[in-house]
Amino acid sequence: MTNEELKIKLSELIPTITFEEGGQPIASAWLNVNVEAKDWHGFANSLKYNPVLSFDYLFCETCVDWKTHLTMVYHLESTQHRHIVVIKSKLDRSKPEIETVSDIWKTAEFHEREVYELFGVNFLNHPDLRLLILPDGWEGRNPLRKDFEDTINMVKL
Amino acid sequence: MYRETQIVSDDTKTASPDVEGDLVINVGPQHPATHGVLHLVITLSGETIKKVEPHLGYIHRSIEKMCESLSYRQFIYVTSRMDYLSSHINNHGCALCVEKGLQIEVPLRAQVIRVLMDELTRLASHQLWWGAMAMDVGALTPFFLAFREREMINDIMEETCGARLTMNYIVPGGVMVDIHPNFQQRVREFITHFKNKIDEYDELLTGNTIFQIRTKGVGYVSKEDAISYGMSGPSARGSGVQCDIRKLYPYEVYSKVQFDEIIETEGDSFARYIVRMKEMRQSLSIVEQLIDNIPEGDFQAKTKAVLKLPKGEFYSRVETARGDFGVYIISEGGTTPYRIKFRSPGFSNLSALDQMARGGKIGDLVAIMGTLDLVIPDIDR
Amino acid sequence: MDVKPEIQNPFPGEVHPTPTGGVLVTAIDDVINWARSNSLWPLVFGTSCCAIEMMSTASAKYDWSRFGFEVARATPRQADVIIIAGTIVNKMAPILKRLYDQMADPKYVIAMGACATSGGPFFYNTYSVVKGADHVIPVDVYIAGCPPRPEALLHALITLQNKIKSGLTREQIRGDLKNPNATT
Repeated sequence: MTNEELKIKLSELIPTITFEEGGQPIASAWLNVNVEAKDWHGFANSLKYNPVLSFDYLFCETCVDWKTHLTMVYHLESTQHRHIVVIKSKLDRSKPEIETVSDIWKTAEFHEREVYELFGVNFLNHPDLRLLILPDGWEGRNPLRKDFEDTINMVKL
Repeated sequence: MYRETQIVSDDTKTASPDVEGDLVINVGPQHPATHGVLHLVITLSGETIKKVEPHLGYIHRSIEKMCESLSYRQFIYVTSRMDYLSSHINNHGCALCVEKGLQIEVPLRAQVIRVLMDELTRLASHQLWWGAMAMDVGALTPFFLAFREREMINDIMEETCGARLTMNYIVPGGVMVDIHPNFQQRVREFITHFKNKIDEYDELLTGNTIFQIRTKGVGYVSKEDAISYGMSGPSARGSGVQCDIRKLYPYEVYSKVQFDEIIETEGDSFARYIVRMKEMRQSLSIVEQLIDNIPEGDFQAKTKAVLKLPKGEFYSRVETARGDFGVYIISEGGTTPYRIKFRSPGFSNLSALDQMARGGKIGDLVAIMGTLDLVIPDIDR
Repeated sequence: MDVKPEIQNPFPGEVHPTPTGGVLVTAIDDVINWARSNSLWPLVFGTSCCAIEMMSTASAKYDWSRFGFEVARATPRQADVIIIAGTIVNKMAPILKRLYDQMADPKYVIAMGACATSGGPFFYNTYSVVKGADHVIPVDVYIAGCPPRPEALLHALITLQNKIKSGLTREQIRGDLKNPNATT
């Protein structure tokens, strides 16, 4: 399905989503969708199980720290129809919370643990939310945030 | 100048067994069969595995944070060190992403040289995988045979790129220097030499009864589970998933060479093994097709000395020897990226280990990890 | 051209011939150092890229078992030398210390590569890398390179052997300071 058809189909599912143009300058730009954090789980369910869309391959899940808010980014692909969509969701910086999707795509379990420890996002209903890559004692310290200070370990250039 | 570093205390959390009589043991981090520093906490009942829990982070070098202060030409050297067995292909992915942002057109000669280096790297990586996997399963001779061929590729790389393992040869715009005059001759000699050797590899290990008993039926993962876990590369192609980026979203000259995508449907360790052995033959045929037809021209497009990407987000995908490697750059218009995310294939492949290993024995766990072909610095970044 | 081939490891002793065999008349320290340096067994410890060059050194093209490093043990209790090949991070440092403590005396340490020497390419702007393995355990020989060639690793192994034979390693100096009047 092309980007235009995807836009129409996705707007039918949830009317409150908005679209923005992707950053890729050429015709292979992927469709970027903004969705509210409270609508995310239902939307994700229909993205996977709707036979026309069938996005079953979540190949990248990450978070970006814009200094006023955080944004979760999900890259989804369908192995049947071969279309790709990018979903973004804005989170509040002081209390970032979003529903987990590890019951829909099993790869999200590890990715969400990593985002939890590096950015501090709380994933509701996650089966096992704890540190994955950082050592013990780093709960609460979120290294990839822009205001992270570590005078002992980091040597600034 | 030495600075005191704060070393965190090592009270690792020990899992307590759910059922009385179960044993919880540690495998790693320092272990000859984990291919790096991977710490597995295994719950056993007798010798049957009930749960496998990977603990990562023993080689977490905070690369994503570090890249936020490096320029667009500098951050490429760091990705060589992430998945060091396919270092050319990692560099290639980063260079493609930067070129997408700046809309640079790479000359054809540079494209062909890049693809040649990629396929030679894939061959070297699969050779080392074969030797290491055989060593884990118990056969010690293939390790030395694999390194004999790998040294030939390393010598070819060293003559052109200057380094054996982490070569920063692919840059945004093309390649750093032109290929050495001896390059084509040496690669042709290597092709004739390796064609016999790969039959020798099959004779040694593939038909061996003991090896087949150890790997057939072990570590089964179904096609839906493989897609749901985000697996890619030869580990997913052993379960029937079509996921070769070189075929689906071709980049450089991959649309112009003839090669097959190898897919097996069994889903067990032996199928993943066969996929990699056949991929070695396909890589050899790609090198054969390209080595005689390197076009004349520039090896690097004209670029500015200091690169500045425009504001926006850029994503590029390449097929490394382990799977689908993604580079996601978010730029605010400066000389350094605002946020870089490396989507590593090993991270998703590892998350399926728990499901694959349950119900098997400890010896099966080693065979499964051998066929998953994990490189731990790629997972921890 | 008459060039006498240099004998690589001449036995540091003098054997006084007697009718029923020979009697060794030499300082026992020299003989012990010679024996120890020619059969050091390394521990299998590689964290990242330098481990591949270490494996290359172990395999048939640049064989290190010519110099006595025949068997690479997996357990630290049976190993003599630990070759730190790769970056050490904050989470791995207590494990490295524990491995070093589990090794039996005399033990030696080689820091291979730029990461183990001083943090390497990951020195600036990282929050989790130990800037040099010698913050954790004492190191005898440092190797430069990223990754160092197998010949560089072999040169370092031979340097370690020479260091042991000339009595300049940490334990030997510490032992000399403890018993300055020892005659053996």
